Amino acid sequence: MATFELINIALLGILVATAIVITRMRALYGAVMLAALFSLVSASMFVLLDAVDVAFTEAAVGAGISTVLFLTTLAITRSREAQTPRRRVLPASLGALFTGGMLLYASQDLPGFGTADSPVQEHPITHTYLEESQHEIGVPNTVTSVLASYRGFDTLGELAVIFTAGVAVLLILTYLPRQSEEAERAALLLTDYPVLRVVSTILMPFILVFAFYVQFHGDYGPGGGFQAGVIVAAGFVLYGLVFGLDSGRRVMPRRVLLALVPLGLLLYAGVGVVNMLLGGSFLEYGTLNLHHPEEGQHIGILLIELGVGVTVAAVLTVVFFAFAGRRVPR
Amino acid sequence: MIIGLYTVLSHGNLVKKLIGLNLFQASVFLLYISFGKVVGGTAPIIEKGFEVYSNPLPHVLILTAIVVGVATTALGLALAVRIFNAYGTLEEDEAIAAEESDGAAAS
Repeated sequence: MATFELINIALLGILVATAIVITRMRALYGAVMLAALFSLVSASMFVLLDAVDVAFTEAAVGAGISTVLFLTTLAITRSREAQTPRRRVLPASLGALFTGGMLLYASQDLPGFGTADSPVQEHPITHTYLEESQHEIGVPNTVTSVLASYRGFDTLGELAVIFTAGVAVLLILTYLPRQSEEAERAALLLTDYPVLRVVSTILMPFILVFAFYVQFHGDYGPGGGFQAGVIVAAGFVLYGLVFGLDSGRRVMPRRVLLALVPLGLLLYAGVGVVNMLLGGSFLEYGTLNLHHPEEGQHIGILLIELGVGVTVAAVLTVVFFAFAGRRVPR
Repeated sequence: MIIGLYTVLSHGNLVKKLIGLNLFQASVFLLYISFGKVVGGTAPIIEKGFEVYSNPLPHVLILTAIVVGVATTALGLALAVRIFNAYGTLEEDEAIAAEESDGAAAS
């Protein structure tokens, strides 16, 4: 397994180098692009470490959506950073070195990388998730069954966090002054570039079809609501970037988007309430089909993944439109 | 991870701070995922013919954490835009200075 470890160490080296360059860079556009590279490299590391679902999400979020969000922020603010004052360098490095030293010291106790007898692997819950989920839930992708069923409460809470963050962004940004319509249109219209226009028109249906595949195939392969939501949002962000915000809004009216934001969360929580009405506990999907609890699990997971997908996609698209719709006068 | 922490502590620029925070967070993700890895294992999608799987639990935790992370980053960026709008700067020191001179002028 020497090659495997060598590849990992090489990728880790690239990550560390990128991170160092990012901190030293004062041109923020460059730093943002390097951060995108950083997350793409870490996505490939996730694939190597068998975390395909995670790699999926990281690639779509890190290289796609968060980069676009950073870039739009820079477009409406300022893109050069001031020189870091000398007086801040020393305490910050001391703090960082101290924490790093503590972590290194603590890492002496960590089990070896990839060993099968570490506490993480030997804990009984791992066995439950890997073996018993097959007849309890019957979904081949254990990541999906843990996410949606065993730890359904957590996921509901996380969805609520995303929802809250989306609402907060909207509240903060709605009070900013908007520039005139024409200026906005001129600033965010890339339709003059034929290559971009044609390529994104061709890609758009594929992105959406792929997102739906990821959404509904999450039980069997890598995928699920979070990934699908992020991919749909990336599709709309691409469309909005190339064809301008107005066309983006025509395709996806603001009203509809705003309605979709809470809808997903309500769908998720609603499934739980229906379970309770059917005599089970909150989010006990088995009650959805009394004769075949496993069938009920399938329906439940499908529904809540749909809820997750809807809210994630809507929140991220709304946030992008909120950022891109502002032009702060300089 | 330490580099990310250093960036958060040392840089006054708010957007740079957020980039640093993202680096910090990405390295924590890597740490978690590496716990779940078993050498010779495969992705935790149950299939006939494979015996060893990596642990799905860290994957679930990190998967949701990434999406929550981007949502909170968006919130941070929104605050940064708002601060820029109010003070005309993204630098922490300058914003604080502007705040104090405002207060002095008012009182």
